[in-house]
Amino acid sequence: MDTLIAWILRAIPFGTIIMYGAMGEIITEKSGNLNLGVPGIMYLGGFAGFASAYLYENSVANPNMVFCAALAIVCAFLAAMAGGLIYSFLTISLRANQNVTGLALTTFGMGVANFFGVYILNGSTASQSLVYKTFQTKIPVLSGLGVPGQILFGYGFMVYAAIVLAIVLHVFLNRTRTGLNLRAIGENPATADADGISVTRYKYLATCLGAGISGLGGLYYVLDYNQGIWATTGQIEALGWLAVALVIFTTWKPLNAIWGSYLFGTLYWLYQFLPTLMGFSVPGYVTDLIQMVPYVVTIIVLVVTSLRKKRENQPPASLGLAYFREER
Amino acid sequence: MQNAIELRHITKTFGRVVANHDVSLDVRRGEILSVLGENGSGKTTLMNMIAGIYYPDSGEIYVNGQLAEIRSPKDAYALGIGMVHQHFKLIDVFTACENIALVLDKREKYDLKAIRKKAQAICEKYAFDIDLDQKVYEMSVSQKQTLEIIKMLYRGAEILILDEPTAVLTPQETEKLFAVMRNMRADGKSILIITHKLHEVLSISDRVAILRKGEYAGTVETQGATEAMLTELMVGKKVELNIERPEPINPHLRLSVHNLSVTNAEGVRVLDQLSFEVFSGEILGIAGISGNGQKELLEAIAGLQATEPHSSVVYYPDDDRDSTAEQLIGKNPKAIRDMGVHLSFVPEDRLGMGLVGSMDMVDNMMLKSYGAGHSPIADRKAPRHLAEEIREELAVVTPSIHTPVSRLSGGNVQKVLVGREIAASPSVLMTAYAVRGLDINTSYTIYHLLNEQKKRGVAIIYVGEDLDVLIDLCDRILVLCGGRNNGIVDGRKTTKEEVGLLMTRLQNKGGVA
Repeated sequence: MDTLIAWILRAIPFGTIIMYGAMGEIITEKSGNLNLGVPGIMYLGGFAGFASAYLYENSVANPNMVFCAALAIVCAFLAAMAGGLIYSFLTISLRANQNVTGLALTTFGMGVANFFGVYILNGSTASQSLVYKTFQTKIPVLSGLGVPGQILFGYGFMVYAAIVLAIVLHVFLNRTRTGLNLRAIGENPATADADGISVTRYKYLATCLGAGISGLGGLYYVLDYNQGIWATTGQIEALGWLAVALVIFTTWKPLNAIWGSYLFGTLYWLYQFLPTLMGFSVPGYVTDLIQMVPYVVTIIVLVVTSLRKKRENQPPASLGLAYFREER
Repeated sequence: MQNAIELRHITKTFGRVVANHDVSLDVRRGEILSVLGENGSGKTTLMNMIAGIYYPDSGEIYVNGQLAEIRSPKDAYALGIGMVHQHFKLIDVFTACENIALVLDKREKYDLKAIRKKAQAICEKYAFDIDLDQKVYEMSVSQKQTLEIIKMLYRGAEILILDEPTAVLTPQETEKLFAVMRNMRADGKSILIITHKLHEVLSISDRVAILRKGEYAGTVETQGATEAMLTELMVGKKVELNIERPEPINPHLRLSVHNLSVTNAEGVRVLDQLSFEVFSGEILGIAGISGNGQKELLEAIAGLQATEPHSSVVYYPDDDRDSTAEQLIGKNPKAIRDMGVHLSFVPEDRLGMGLVGSMDMVDNMMLKSYGAGHSPIADRKAPRHLAEEIREELAVVTPSIHTPVSRLSGGNVQKVLVGREIAASPSVLMTAYAVRGLDINTSYTIYHLLNEQKKRGVAIIYVGEDLDVLIDLCDRILVLCGGRNNGIVDGRKTTKEEVGLLMTRLQNKGGVA
């Protein structure tokens, strides 16, 4: 029982990281842009959030908890948006190949974050610092209500914000004119253009805001999941790719990202908890294989959805294609 | 009464091609005006200028008596002009309602229920038959077209342009469309309809405006007009071309097509039980309005197109002896090629099929010869010689045979393509639009090449657009209409009017008038 609880307590925060990454990427891909720079963008977000909080705490006499957290979030969002802006400019305005640009952005984001991480922070950690406390504060009272309280309310606020955001994005995409226009652009930009929708503006905004949301995943990883320690292990990259896989798994629907991300989290930690639960031991070299399960599940989903051919579950029709108006 | 649209001296050129020259015509309020003309006569271009897709080089457009500047589709909508294109501009995964919502003014509240109600009212008013909650990808072509028209009406269009709306419809669906069009006319809307089908022109329109080779050839009242009269206005008087036409020598059956049917991705039957024969030493012309199955026919013979069951294409390599006859359906394109059946298809973008634009002439020759010989290293010498030969014999204008073919002019690209296919000494040569966009001299070079092949006993299938050329070059002409064999005429005896009528009107079919 304890193992099961520990498993859930590990899977949900883990899932939250990739949920942010995936939600941002869903918005981006709905505009027809396939941004493979998610890992790099999560690095940028994580680094900017961490660095801003760290510098603020160390330069002010009486740092304010809420302000510190807000500052970290805003900085993470802006830094990640800057990554999205680079991508947008290259692919929308200059019509560079989306795959290549995205992959380059991943390398770029990792490099920038790690370089400045070493240069500015110089190996220091912010463990036990104020900002970590803010991020990992559980819901008072409710989280103390035994096992259910622990499982349902025993996380920092970013976990709940992610669920709210997923619902907001669902409503935005399916119930608003802007959402309708955005989906139209991802499906058929020429039609949207003919109907007087500004394709370029929508693509820019969706890609940049999407990147900002993805960046929050990196922030959550550093300031909550990783206990406020600047990560240099490269795990953010692995998480970024999981987020991209999750987008496909959700069939581009934000609501599916909620349970999908928790499922991915559960599957990812399979190697540690399942053997204990079942009472057998697994040699260390097999764990890497088991960590692959989320990807295998994604491939199965891909195969199943393409076999079923349900149009609603297919990627946006113009995903990955640059749009330019034909001669008129 | 004021005219809805007046065009005055409209001219539009694309590069060196004149699409419209000094066209002036009027559209009255509350009338259905047919715009009639052959392929490439500039109908769609003219309509696109009214709809804001193109902007005229010179001339004026008056809408409701006011000089109008229509620079974009948005400007056209603002003036109450809506166009339904041949390729629908719809989002497949959206419902009909959501598609309508896309066109709405930003100030209007986003409320799908209200939109649905208003759209429903339009449907009832004009008797449109459509489910507004259906997803577009589940709709038939006719339903998609209906949705496009509703979209335009929702926007408040008073003038509707329909670009070949009936090309994709069954006769029943066409009747339905016409009924709706009459309802709209009764409501005071002006409708411009582009169509090739003369009987439709006569049954639906009030007046007919005719374009010929980009120029305005006149407008006639439909009442009192006959098909023969319209055909003559459309095709013009016969032009003397003096293309050489040797008599076929010792013709033998080479290709026997029987019951060939092809259904395209949209589920439309583009070829319908087509049967005909091709003989060695003759040129069989294929005439028809574009999109009546020409492309599918050639591709089916070349093995590039899936066919319906019971289709048969039998090839007689050894004159008409049955013992060596081969069924081509079911064989792969390479096997068919190796047997001597060659296709040189010049698609709209010229390079799309046959040549690789970024490769030079030599490499493009190699595309067909890389498999020759047994060495693992491809032979580059023979293709280089061939490239040199084609360049000299066909006078291909290029800096070098190592220049990427995409940098060559269209005519030169076509020479390379046709030259290469001829060099493989085929026994059946299929060409489509071989002279499209070529100047007169180059065209004659190509005709000459084809005649050379004909004298060598090659069976040639020539898909062409220009009726004058077809009649002067071909021994027999197969006319396609709606994917069917609408008659085979003798090129030496037929007239332009006869072929023109066959192209536009299905024979042996009751109910069309």
